Amino acid sequence: MNLDAKVPSGPLEEKWSKHLNDIKLVAPNNKRKHDVIVVGTGLAGGSAAASLAELGYNVKSFCIQDSARRAHSIAAQGGINAAKNYPNDGDTVWRLFYDTIKGGDYRSRESNTYRLAQNSNEIIDQAVAQGVPFAREYGGLLANRSFGGAQVSRTFYARGQTGQQLLLGAYQAMMRQVNEGKIEMHTRHEMLDLVIIDGKARGIITRDLVSGEIQRWMADAVVLASGGYGNVFYLSTNAKNSNVTAAWRCHKRGAAFANPCYVQIHPTCIPVSGDYQSKLTLMSESLRNDGRVWVPKEKGDDRHPNDIPEDERYYYLEEKYPAFGNLVPRDVASRNAKIVCDEGMGVGPTGRAVYLDFGDAIEREGKKAISEKYGNLFEMYENITDDNPYEEPMRIFPAVHYTMGGLWVDYNLQSNIPGLFVAGEANFSDHGANRLGASALMQGLSDGYFIIPYTVGNYIADADLGEVTKDHNAFDDAAQNAQDQIDKLFAVDGDKSVVEFHRELGQIMWDKVGISRSEEGLKEAIEQIRELREEFWNNVRVPGESSNYNKYLEFAGRVADFLELGELMAKDALDRDESCGCHLREEHQSEEGEALRNDEEYSYVAAWEFENVNGELNETLHKEDLEFEFVELKQRSYK
Amino acid sequence: MSDTFTVHLKIWRQAGPDQPGKLVDYTLDKVNEHMSFLEMLDVLNEEIVAEGKEEPIEFDYDCREGICGSCNLMINGQAHGPKAMTCSCQLHMRNFSDGDTIVIEPFRAKAFPVIKDLVVDRSAFDRIVEAGGYVSVKTGSAPDANSIPIDKEVADTAFDYATCIGCGACVAACPNSSASLFTGAKLAHLNRLPQGEPERKKRTVAMVKQMEEEGFGDCSNFAECEAVCPKGISISAIAEMRRNYMKAALAGTEA
Repeated sequence: MNLDAKVPSGPLEEKWSKHLNDIKLVAPNNKRKHDVIVVGTGLAGGSAAASLAELGYNVKSFCIQDSARRAHSIAAQGGINAAKNYPNDGDTVWRLFYDTIKGGDYRSRESNTYRLAQNSNEIIDQAVAQGVPFAREYGGLLANRSFGGAQVSRTFYARGQTGQQLLLGAYQAMMRQVNEGKIEMHTRHEMLDLVIIDGKARGIITRDLVSGEIQRWMADAVVLASGGYGNVFYLSTNAKNSNVTAAWRCHKRGAAFANPCYVQIHPTCIPVSGDYQSKLTLMSESLRNDGRVWVPKEKGDDRHPNDIPEDERYYYLEEKYPAFGNLVPRDVASRNAKIVCDEGMGVGPTGRAVYLDFGDAIEREGKKAISEKYGNLFEMYENITDDNPYEEPMRIFPAVHYTMGGLWVDYNLQSNIPGLFVAGEANFSDHGANRLGASALMQGLSDGYFIIPYTVGNYIADADLGEVTKDHNAFDDAAQNAQDQIDKLFAVDGDKSVVEFHRELGQIMWDKVGISRSEEGLKEAIEQIRELREEFWNNVRVPGESSNYNKYLEFAGRVADFLELGELMAKDALDRDESCGCHLREEHQSEEGEALRNDEEYSYVAAWEFENVNGELNETLHKEDLEFEFVELKQRSYK
Repeated sequence: MSDTFTVHLKIWRQAGPDQPGKLVDYTLDKVNEHMSFLEMLDVLNEEIVAEGKEEPIEFDYDCREGICGSCNLMINGQAHGPKAMTCSCQLHMRNFSDGDTIVIEPFRAKAFPVIKDLVVDRSAFDRIVEAGGYVSVKTGSAPDANSIPIDKEVADTAFDYATCIGCGACVAACPNSSASLFTGAKLAHLNRLPQGEPERKKRTVAMVKQMEEEGFGDCSNFAECEAVCPKGISISAIAEMRRNYMKAALAGTEA
């Protein structure tokens, strides 16, 4: 397997501009001769489709939702980082790059991460020009706020709905190109396979989710921007329809899957309340600026939190991490919540929650001040739980939020399959083992607006793209493959629902491939996932028909893929015998419970090559060594 | 854990766009007050799948956080149900009581044809945006973001209108099935910003024209749209749309 990252030579600051000078261009009159497929219409896919169409390519855009505007990027709340230094607090491209690399615990590629920081400023210009209504100061200039992992104020925001506004910007840019006839939009279509001809990605197979028809689409390049795979855990902050199918099917056609075990667990979510629950809701990280996290010292203490006196409360973050206290990073806060609950000190009906208490803050600053800062979050909490956080502590628990792993890509965001490009959360490239807040939106838009349009052009200009037709054997094979899987799902005709399988898989993943992992637990998880997969193919029940709208059929296909991906995640976690970022191996922690990295042996990207699933998943590990030329690797400490 | 209770449901079932539909009765006795309305339907669907006699009920959803705009249920005749400023996905069963009968229907409008059961086709909204709901700017050529100062109040008001999630509740609640709140909100967002000014007239005329072509009715000031909007968008957007349209029409701007 060829894992040449194709990083340009020269100083970090000059790599991207040098590359832009070197890459090949396609003349305007030739661009209109080329078709490009873009799968997904979130920040990465939407911005890529709009930009490619504007350049003159014929874009075919696909999404599973009923409108491009509903991609899950819409749910991002906090903000988007950029090194504008408008607040004049000393921010630079270098500092944004450095914070991102350090935040990812030194497991991302320097060159890609630096380019992300470079592009950040242009993203803000682009969004403002589109009419994205960012927050402003009274002087009319843009406002900024601070986020975790940074000492400068570099986050741009549109109230708590930054993702929505940026996505609508990209969506509107897309609709303009639809109007110009340069984007052919296919909503309610799911990609089920990749078509490779002469070693190059030349098309995709989709299922029309309304008619059930299996369709063939041809192009000169395919851009995959289909998001992350957090829903492998069943409960997560992801939208219900977020899934891994498009990326996983590419993996099965030969695209390497990198760092699948890197999953971010967000510490401040509303806890699970019952077995009917379908998803988890994130509460902003900013709450920990004023809220104090605690549990009762006594195990099983079921008194009302307001009746538990101060000296019987265990403020575990403040005690263990005096320097950062409640503002430790996401991975540390999540891990410690799990530890106290595992020890029996968890609160609420399920015992899987900790208190986030605003009592002191309200006493200190008054209810009005707290309401001004967090009012909308308090309302959201009350709406979901029916408890009033002004009068009693919130209950919170960690939840799966973002996946840093994804398909392997080189500096051009091209996978190891020529012509298959991967953008946004679907690729692995920029966040390493942990993602800092306000950087997911930045990456999606950097990839889509400012990288993909140039690197896809470079590929098309250079590639020897012969004539192909939809009658080609590879199309027949892929279409048949998609149809066979659907037929196979119906043929099982068992008596356990798709949801039950998904929930069971999620429980295994959460218990053993979640916040912290051990060799023993991971080996058990692999066995359990294999058994569950076998049971799935013998006992799943898929109701309805394939010839019309059938949500359960959609889910069945996705859960089948999650049952394979889940095992690969466990395998990857088992292989990575170190702790880093969000990935804690219980065997590798300091006496105080801090993550211990092993740079000597594990400073690489784990890129897995699919061979087959025959009961057991066969994958081969390839390594891309991470070279740190420009930053010095240091241990993170928050004491 | 709280006790469960029982609800009686009358749910619109329709096999396909050209099939007749009808309300079908269900009783669910496993309802928990902490469930969201959509989770209640999930539980009902699991029962239906286990029984294996009929197909599960189809309904649209995705984020379940009230922001994607996918969910679209008429609950007891109200778009998104009884709670103000709340999407169906964020409506919780504590808003109902033991023994309640709840009628669940799709958002109905000529421009929103039913696909199956409670799922409707809202692509008419995309075509309204396609007609002009954007600022024509090329990628990579934008001036520095702070080169155009915008009054904070203007930016905040533009944001208030930009928060529309495109769910279609405004259309479903309107006796005329008008899409004026949706269209007006996008216009009120873009038209008031300096970035949107050059295309203001052209945009307004084009979007209004498209809205009419899609088969949405006219606005006759019932204000039902504002009452059901989960994002609280003000009908002043519609007044603004009319003013802009009149000015554009008087100036003779063609779409």
